[in-house]
Amino acid sequence: MTMELQHSLSFAPPGQNAQPRASAAPGNLRTEPKPVRVVIIAIAITFLSIFVVLPLVVVFAQAFSKGASAYLAALSDPEALAAIRLTLLVAAISVTLNLVFGLIAAWAIAKFDFAGKTFLITLIDLPFSVSPVISGLVFVLLFGAQGFWGPWLQAHNVHVLFAVPGIALATIFVTFPFVARALIPLMQEQGTQEEEAAISLGASGLQTFFRVTLPNIKWGVLYGVLLCNARAMGEFGAVSVVSGHIRGETNTMPLLVEIRYDEYQFVASFAVASLLAMLALITLVAKTILERRLDEEELPREH
Amino acid sequence: MSIEVKNLTKKFGAFAALDGVDVKAADGELLALLGPSGSGKTTLLRIIAGLDWPDAGEVSFDGENALARGAGERQVGFVFQHYALFRHMTVFENVAFGLRVQPRAVRKDEASIRARVKELLDLVQLDWLSNRYPNQLSGGQRQRIALARALAIEPRILLLDEPFGALDAKVRKELRQWLRSLHHKINVTSIFVTHDQEEALEVANRVVVMDKGRIEQVGTPSEVYDSPATAFVHGFIGESIVLPVEVSDGHIRLGDQSLGIAADGASPGASKLFIRRHDMQVGPAGSGVLEGRVAHVRSFGPIQRAEVALIQGHTTIEIDAPRDRELRAGDVIGLKPRRYRIFASPS
Repeated sequence: MTMELQHSLSFAPPGQNAQPRASAAPGNLRTEPKPVRVVIIAIAITFLSIFVVLPLVVVFAQAFSKGASAYLAALSDPEALAAIRLTLLVAAISVTLNLVFGLIAAWAIAKFDFAGKTFLITLIDLPFSVSPVISGLVFVLLFGAQGFWGPWLQAHNVHVLFAVPGIALATIFVTFPFVARALIPLMQEQGTQEEEAAISLGASGLQTFFRVTLPNIKWGVLYGVLLCNARAMGEFGAVSVVSGHIRGETNTMPLLVEIRYDEYQFVASFAVASLLAMLALITLVAKTILERRLDEEELPREH
Repeated sequence: MSIEVKNLTKKFGAFAALDGVDVKAADGELLALLGPSGSGKTTLLRIIAGLDWPDAGEVSFDGENALARGAGERQVGFVFQHYALFRHMTVFENVAFGLRVQPRAVRKDEASIRARVKELLDLVQLDWLSNRYPNQLSGGQRQRIALARALAIEPRILLLDEPFGALDAKVRKELRQWLRSLHHKINVTSIFVTHDQEEALEVANRVVVMDKGRIEQVGTPSEVYDSPATAFVHGFIGESIVLPVEVSDGHIRLGDQSLGIAADGASPGASKLFIRRHDMQVGPAGSGVLEGRVAHVRSFGPIQRAEVALIQGHTTIEIDAPRDRELRAGDVIGLKPRRYRIFASPS
């Protein structure tokens, strides 16, 4: 046995053979002539500049077009403050609930086998494929005065539509897939063995979840929460349908941006828009960091 | 602690993973569940651990119904095939896990937990790794940490699923001996699953041979090797020559020729003659009951393995002969089985 091993070692080691090929590979990949490369890269950069960077610059330019004091005044206006508060509240509610739902759904899909599992995965993706306006309309049909539960709600003096609950419901619907989508592949890949090990060592269900499952998926959870939050704060279509646009009460930040714009208050409009743009930038940076963490976690794994 | 499994049945859809299985393990025994993949051995182990539930049957520990308790209450140490170490915890925390999750009333204080973990890491000789993470360990080290973690809860029963399956040949051999001596030291009733017959025969006190959800034979390593109860056991354990024969009037016929060996009470009809490779005695042409031409010889260790084209039956067999009588390709030799067994062919 050892003889054989030594023998095969004294022959050309596979590592040395592979190395020249590996270093040659990147060179071979760069076979396109330089002009072609330059043109392709230039097209990509131009496209991104026109469609992403330029609008972003315009948002901030417009917001500060009448100076910093006008900008700050636009943001400290009571209606703007109400919109910011409402957006934060709705985002907090929908992210919290979607975190719980997403964890449960991902857990069910990744750790158990049951009939209708594929159907459930398809359902989770539904909000991605439905136009947000339709998502909002669904809640009007359910909770509106002429809607399915409308008369009962009116009789009991419960306000869902044109109030915070309606906005939260529409936002939850639209942002539902983010947490679940981030967790399902991660949890499927990790399997159930560590949980089984924890249980056989005497851990309770909750101990297993908090000590084993959650630490293993924490970066995935953060990633899902981040994207969910960005979408929840930025959602326009679905919220617009259910909000009723009551000034100072049911306007979220994206809705206020539109209202101010329609009233030709450009500084006020773009000041609020600049906050959303900043949220987007922060999300982008955080997302990049989280993606790096997720990759690092996956690399040293063995199966 | 003794384990008794009675008439255990488990189906996955239409597939019967376990089909009426009875097993007993005495206190302190080291039992091997041996069988090919899909034979139900891992399912049986998981049911004993409480990680799976049977459709019917009983599992009892010391006469007490184990199925009434969940996995966490059975005090069973389980070592998973791929170890299932907690990847985000250090080796130390992995081993300490079972102690830290105990109900507050019985949980040890931090100092005793530390002492106990240290003791276990010393037992598996890996104390120096306590601050590493699982992905920084070799396969053999992970295996031993998984074992230390399972032992932390002072299990009454130790279950190991393919404990050496994912290791390379050399580490495997070392760990086998190590597991046997560890078992001797801690003396906990242990069951391990393996598909490797050599591993089962070398490590276990008794071997349970399984196939297709049923138990084929239970016995000591020498019993299952020397007197296999079924054709499956003979074919699975040790390497066998199998010849299709016909039994009639107390004679054994291969092709159209009688072999002149006793039928040993085998029932008449189409049968299979099983002979261990090393139980074939080699002599000059005409000296045996079978005749063949040596096609190919490889010599290694204490034996030479020859491929022999039999004249009877037009088939080729492999035999293991001692090296004192040199065989060469082209030799015509006579063969006589020293020991053999006949099993009826499934019709």
